[in-house]
Amino acid sequence: MALRSLVARKTISSAFKASTGLRLGQLRGLQTFSLPDLPYDYGALEPVISGEIMQLHHQKHHQSYVTNFNAALEQLNDAMEKGDPVAVVKLQSAIKFNGGGHVNHSIFWKNLAPVREGGGEPPHSSLGWAIDTDFGSLEKLIQKINAEGAALQGSGWVWLALDKELKKLVVETTANQDPLVTKGPSLIPLLGIDVWEHAYYLQYKNVRPDYLKNIWKVMNWKYASEVYAKECPSS
Amino acid sequence: MSWCCTYNPLPLYSRLQVTDFSCSWQLKNAQKMLLSLGKKPEKKKQFYRFQTPSKVVAYYRLKTPPYKLDALEPYMSKRTLEMHWEEHHRAYVEGLNKQLANDDILYGYTMDELVKVTYNNGNPLPEFNNAAQVWNHDFFWESMQPGGGEMPELGVLQQIEKDFGSYTNFKEKFTESAFTVFGSGWIWLVLKREERQLAIIKTSNAITPLVWDDIPIICLDMWEHAYYLDYKNDREKYVNTFMNHLISWNVAMERMARAEAFVNLGEPKIPIA
Repeated sequence: MALRSLVARKTISSAFKASTGLRLGQLRGLQTFSLPDLPYDYGALEPVISGEIMQLHHQKHHQSYVTNFNAALEQLNDAMEKGDPVAVVKLQSAIKFNGGGHVNHSIFWKNLAPVREGGGEPPHSSLGWAIDTDFGSLEKLIQKINAEGAALQGSGWVWLALDKELKKLVVETTANQDPLVTKGPSLIPLLGIDVWEHAYYLQYKNVRPDYLKNIWKVMNWKYASEVYAKECPSS
Repeated sequence: MSWCCTYNPLPLYSRLQVTDFSCSWQLKNAQKMLLSLGKKPEKKKQFYRFQTPSKVVAYYRLKTPPYKLDALEPYMSKRTLEMHWEEHHRAYVEGLNKQLANDDILYGYTMDELVKVTYNNGNPLPEFNNAAQVWNHDFFWESMQPGGGEMPELGVLQQIEKDFGSYTNFKEKFTESAFTVFGSGWIWLVLKREERQLAIIKTSNAITPLVWDDIPIICLDMWEHAYYLDYKNDREKYVNTFMNHLISWNVAMERMARAEAFVNLGEPKIPIA
């Protein structure tokens, strides 16, 4: 029974690692998550996103999601060991919020790339064709994402997702830090844009549409194409 | 509402200019008329000399905070107030007016009524977000004062001690709840009508306890734009600063006094003749 659970944990951890590249540590047998490094410098995305924002966003916001996620998971572990169902259920919102924040931001850092590393280069091959099929053109897709992102009330994310079941690309929004799967279990995130105010306020103030217009200059379509090609290898 | 059938032959562009609460005689007259009918002049209608019939239009104005924009330094910077009031709050007001220009049914309400009507019992109409945010921000500016903070006094303190045990307990609970607002939202001290007690309520995005018919006493904006320029991600510092230096217990006292007209909080003290 212990062996089975150990194997199950290992497969979960490797599946996690493969899909999202999250780094796991091991502490007293309990998995803890850690802040992934950025694949570029804080100032590498200037002038689209300032170095100050990137540093705060990564070192403070994302770090606090990771820390609180680990804390919530530890509490969950305790509650499960004690057999306390009320506590287990009570922790769900903290886990969804902080865990979602960690998952979403880990994807976000990979979605961005400095211009010299290919940021802003439009997608080619299978993803490019899929975009043309499902949205008409890349410009139309960008317009749609920007419109939905600007219209989102409060805090949230706007996603370009692949619906694995329907084999279609869709644009979705999620509120707060809800991960994309809350909008549909078969949705795979390709690109996500953080429209929480902390993602742009210091630079763009309240002009969210400008932030959305500019972020495409550092969008890492290569990563999105890789994920798409992996999930839809036939096309 | 029907008495205010108005004549509005002003062309569109000048209508927009007039909204900016200039001291023209038309607006003064409008104010007098509204006051005489016992209505608060929170909405302005235009009356004109010529008798050309036209459609009814309602405009809500951007209320100025009861202090200068730099009066809350160093706890809330002038830059924040300029952004928050002049950009965000104004955008909500203008958005609301634009939406209302298309919709006759929602004319003639006071802000409170508009918020409740557009909430539509949990299925908010598109105007709700703007209306509620305008109301919330008006309430927020008035909930603060330069030289605020410290302790409440008299009736408010008594009620807090009755419902929370002690002021320290209340302060702890308030700050704790503020930290656990996930995403954008507000944190309120309200007087609940049914329970006849003070309570701390978190709401998300634009929701206000007004829609549940509770009486708000104090609120704090937990949207990131409210504190990001001054405190970046340090929400704790922001909330503690609000509690220690900005919160206006005077206004809370006024609001409680008014609330007591609607909620029976205890035995009245009948003086013995």
